Amino acid sequence: MSDQHELEHEHDDDGVDRRGFLKCMAWAGTGAFFLMEGGVPKSYSLSRMPELAGKSTGELAFAQLSDSHMGFNKPANPDVVSTLKAAVDKINALVTTPEFILHTGDISHLSKPEEFDTVDQVLRSASARDLFYVPGEHDVLEDEGKQYRDRYGKGSKGAGWYSFDKKGVHFIGLVNVMNLKAGGLGTLGAEQLDWMKDDVRHLKHSTPIVVFAHIPLWTVYPQWGWGTDDSAQALAFLKKFGSVTVLNGHIHQTMQKVEGNVTFHTASSTAFPQPHPGAADSPGPMKVPAEQLRGILGITDVTYLRGKHSLAIVDSSLA
Amino acid sequence: MRRSVSTGVFLAACAVAIAALGAVAGNAAAQPPAPPTEVKIDNFTFGPAEVTVKVGTTITWTNHDDIPHTVVSTDKEFKSKVLDTDEKFSTTLSKAGTFTYFCSIHPKMTGTVVVQ
Repeated sequence: MSDQHELEHEHDDDGVDRRGFLKCMAWAGTGAFFLMEGGVPKSYSLSRMPELAGKSTGELAFAQLSDSHMGFNKPANPDVVSTLKAAVDKINALVTTPEFILHTGDISHLSKPEEFDTVDQVLRSASARDLFYVPGEHDVLEDEGKQYRDRYGKGSKGAGWYSFDKKGVHFIGLVNVMNLKAGGLGTLGAEQLDWMKDDVRHLKHSTPIVVFAHIPLWTVYPQWGWGTDDSAQALAFLKKFGSVTVLNGHIHQTMQKVEGNVTFHTASSTAFPQPHPGAADSPGPMKVPAEQLRGILGITDVTYLRGKHSLAIVDSSLA
Repeated sequence: MRRSVSTGVFLAACAVAIAALGAVAGNAAAQPPAPPTEVKIDNFTFGPAEVTVKVGTTITWTNHDDIPHTVVSTDKEFKSKVLDTDEKFSTTLSKAGTFTYFCSIHPKMTGTVVVQ
């Protein structure tokens, strides 16, 4: 029975042999808890959470929501309000109440005021005390992000980048969706990179770092623009830190990569799924049978356990 | 008999020649196809990716995708607002040249307009 709850991820093995496929399907719709042990991510089903939580006290717990695309109303999900509400319910039902929520962008679908208003309204019923945002490309349409910054950018610099500390963990919110160039990927730009270099300069190397931005800061699939052209520079500033976690959205599916001291993780959308890299002609909204939709939308729960090298990252679907 | 065979062959040859002339005449009368002035946006692609038009032509882009896109020329010659599904953008090309453009939301989507 125990090996139904554990699945070792070997990143060279895409798991599409029949055994791997069946293992994946067993936990795909339920909820997975990822724990880094010796550099290898191991996942356990959420049913083992109480037992694992008992072993160590979570010092800091927060949740990540992404890609709510408020205003989207096409067949892939005609009711993004309900699925966002389901995501909030999921957050409110977490064993440990998260201290805050990170929203990694594409809050709205068309940057319309009423879309932002609706998200604000739905998130008001979240148990978490604070909300932090970074914009997606859908949030900065028409006005170079002015509306986004007016609503969510208090205290931020430039296009909306900022940092803050919680219980000894340093959080850095980056904006990589402005001034995109033809044929290019996401971009941070010189001004933001200079700010970031300065921001981490005086931090002790033992400080755990969490970087969050909309478009992945690692190259997931450049053909679909899933990457950031100057993220290597940003990551170079973090080389000396023992624990770096990068949380992104944009691709509407969970993906994880470990590179030395850096764990990269992308979240599901609360609105609609997108295909796996190269599995379709384009990265657009992916229609699935209605009863399967909530099984592939989701939230992410992150816990920093003092003394542990890496943050524990838990993805849960809405169903 | 020899004469009737020659006549038959001659008549057949004429018929073939007339038919051939007719075909040639038909081709000569046909206009060259009009340059495309419609670009369809679908599946994160501009189709056709490259269009060649005469100065003064109006091009219309229509978004058939289920996600919004924009049409922005790299040298700021033309720029659409955000186009949701079924929305259109038109621009009249009054200058000759080659204009590359892209979707500012999904910058991997690129296209070219050649104005002659």
